[in-house]
Amino acid sequence: MTDFNYTLWIFLIPFLVFILLGLAGHRLKARISGLLGTAALGVVTVLSYITAYFYYFRTAGINDVFRKITVFDSTWLHFTDTLEIKMGILLDPISVMMLIVISTVSLMVHIYSLGYMKGEKGFERYYSFLSLFAFSMMGLVVATNIFQMYIFWELVGISSYLLIGFYYQKPEAVRASKKAFIVTRFADLGFLIGILLLSFNTRTFDFSVLTDPQGTAIAHSSGISFLGLSVTTWSMILVYLGGVGKSAMFPFHIWLPDAMEGPTPVSALIHAATMVVAGVYLVARMFPVYFFAAPAALEIVAWIGAFSSLFAAIIACTQTDIKRVLAYSTISQIGYMMLALGVSGYGGHDGLGFMASMFHLFTHAMFKALLFLCAGAIIHAVHSNFMIDMGGLRKYLPLTHLTFLIACLAISGIPPFSGFFSKDEILAAAFHHNKVLFFIEYAVAGITAFYMFRLYFTVFRGEDRHYHTVPHEAPPTMTIPLIILATAAAFSGFIPFSKLVTSDGKAFQTHIEWGIAIPSVLIATTGIGTAYVMYVRNPSLPGRIISIFKHSYKLALNKFYIDEMYLFITKKIIFRYISEPVAWFDRHIVDGTMNALAIVTQVVSFRIREFQSGQLQKYAFFFISGTILLALTLIYLLH
Amino acid sequence: MNAGIPLSYFLILAAVMFFTGIYGFLTRRNLITILMSVELILNSVNINFLALNRYLFPHKLEGFFFSLFIITVAAAEAAVAIALIINIYRRFTTINVEDVNIMKY
Repeated sequence: MTDFNYTLWIFLIPFLVFILLGLAGHRLKARISGLLGTAALGVVTVLSYITAYFYYFRTAGINDVFRKITVFDSTWLHFTDTLEIKMGILLDPISVMMLIVISTVSLMVHIYSLGYMKGEKGFERYYSFLSLFAFSMMGLVVATNIFQMYIFWELVGISSYLLIGFYYQKPEAVRASKKAFIVTRFADLGFLIGILLLSFNTRTFDFSVLTDPQGTAIAHSSGISFLGLSVTTWSMILVYLGGVGKSAMFPFHIWLPDAMEGPTPVSALIHAATMVVAGVYLVARMFPVYFFAAPAALEIVAWIGAFSSLFAAIIACTQTDIKRVLAYSTISQIGYMMLALGVSGYGGHDGLGFMASMFHLFTHAMFKALLFLCAGAIIHAVHSNFMIDMGGLRKYLPLTHLTFLIACLAISGIPPFSGFFSKDEILAAAFHHNKVLFFIEYAVAGITAFYMFRLYFTVFRGEDRHYHTVPHEAPPTMTIPLIILATAAAFSGFIPFSKLVTSDGKAFQTHIEWGIAIPSVLIATTGIGTAYVMYVRNPSLPGRIISIFKHSYKLALNKFYIDEMYLFITKKIIFRYISEPVAWFDRHIVDGTMNALAIVTQVVSFRIREFQSGQLQKYAFFFISGTILLALTLIYLLH
Repeated sequence: MNAGIPLSYFLILAAVMFFTGIYGFLTRRNLITILMSVELILNSVNINFLALNRYLFPHKLEGFFFSLFIITVAAAEAAVAIALIINIYRRFTTINVEDVNIMKY
């Protein structure tokens, strides 16, 4: 079991299931295709856990260093001897950790969807898309080279597109899926250019060469510069742009809240736990390059992360759609992870930020997937997404209430739940790097606690709303994943991440820095207390506060008008001054040339069609006169 | 043995026959007559082959063979043409070539 050849099946099985359900799904009974997809993912999960067990505890940790293991790496496209694209499987601490995250959350979502999506039209289509997603995400994390990563990166993009637009008869869903696809596609353009620049400079796509701190790639990377930054820095900024798009960081965050039009389990899987952290994973994967060759780019990573986390947290306080609150909270938490990477050093205890980022990625995947699945259970019970339709659900949905509370405590960073540990590491890393970033994140921690408990109090406490039918607890297929994820959200903080997932593979000691942890817990408690006062003790208070800060409230409610800015730029500037002239040129010049050719041909052929009279002797006459003419010409020319 | 007749006589005869055939082919309206004109053309070519072979390359036989082939092919062609003409007559009840003009734009 230590040669890891079986890891191939981790991403082949979902692919085969995708093909099977995609081609033959409509012939199977909906329930059978759902069970098939779930069973296949169960196998994948087991394989992932086996891989993780053997990787972390049996094979790789020789001399206390986790090696990178390339299970296989075969040539996929061969252009020249120096340019070839490979496909393979690379196991290292972060990819193995991602396998665990993806397979666990995926499996939970697969099981949950059996209940949540029951009776939906296109049930088997849904499961085939989920399998496609699992396949592409697995392929992304185990990629051996940056090009393979890019290919799977686009594949997760397309699965996200397909799943957001699952209810394709709903215009909002179609709009949201298009928006998600176009915005991320735009960012991926930067990624592609970044890849090309980087690999042109370093002559390699291969991660094991690129990210080797002593390797040639990093040593050769400095050199030519452009606008004061080295080309490597530029290419890493461009690569990061792809991560910004996928991870919905400012200013490409606009697609994620709209992506909530998709089915809720999909939001849990793709838009909270796995796909959106691909950007973080990308930076983590390229971390040595960032750290050694492009520190300026790393600084940008940190600031964009910090800004996004603050920005999204403020918006989350004003949103009224339960899934949108969670979406903004996702952006905010991913901002944390980006920041942690941005402030990290390399190797040993310096790599605290790196470790914290991965740690937070892990715990966040668990509690955020849990939050979304709870939200799904709530929506399932009250048939509405809006918080105004919810209230007093504590007594109707006791289990959902309990798991939701655990998730809220975890995300707010209350010990001993998982979020506390990972957030504390991030804050500690930020504290040692840059005090401004540190205080931003302190504030965000408080805001996070506030908006999560605003959600919690309005949904589960407060008065009953007018329900058409009495809300009832979801079926066991939906509650079991909640319980499992709640367990993970509660206890995954005790996993010794600093022993397992570090920047250079070497374990190091961490301890909770109480000087940072206690204030952060206090801030979180303050946030919770504020939410309690505002939404339980004194429900008229929020209205009064809103009327005082009318303008800033309106600003945040409308998401700082970023969407409107995009619309203004695209519609009023790009469409009017670029697209329309181009369209005019296309319609009149390009099409005009073609039409003129066609018209000339038509006129000429109408004129000469008289020649084809059907009269045999006329044809013969032309033929013979032609021959004679030709003969005469030849005779004239030859003499 | 044929010293009295120069080559050019044969060639002139052939040319006259050829253009008579062409003229007939282009001006006659009756399909049978057109077929006969075609035969005339073929035969003028035969004369050319034979005469040129005899005068220019007396020790070779290609010209003779060619004309033999042409006679054979002409016979087959006449049979096919007659069959076509009969079918045309059945279809249009005429063998006037001007009335057989449906193959046009």
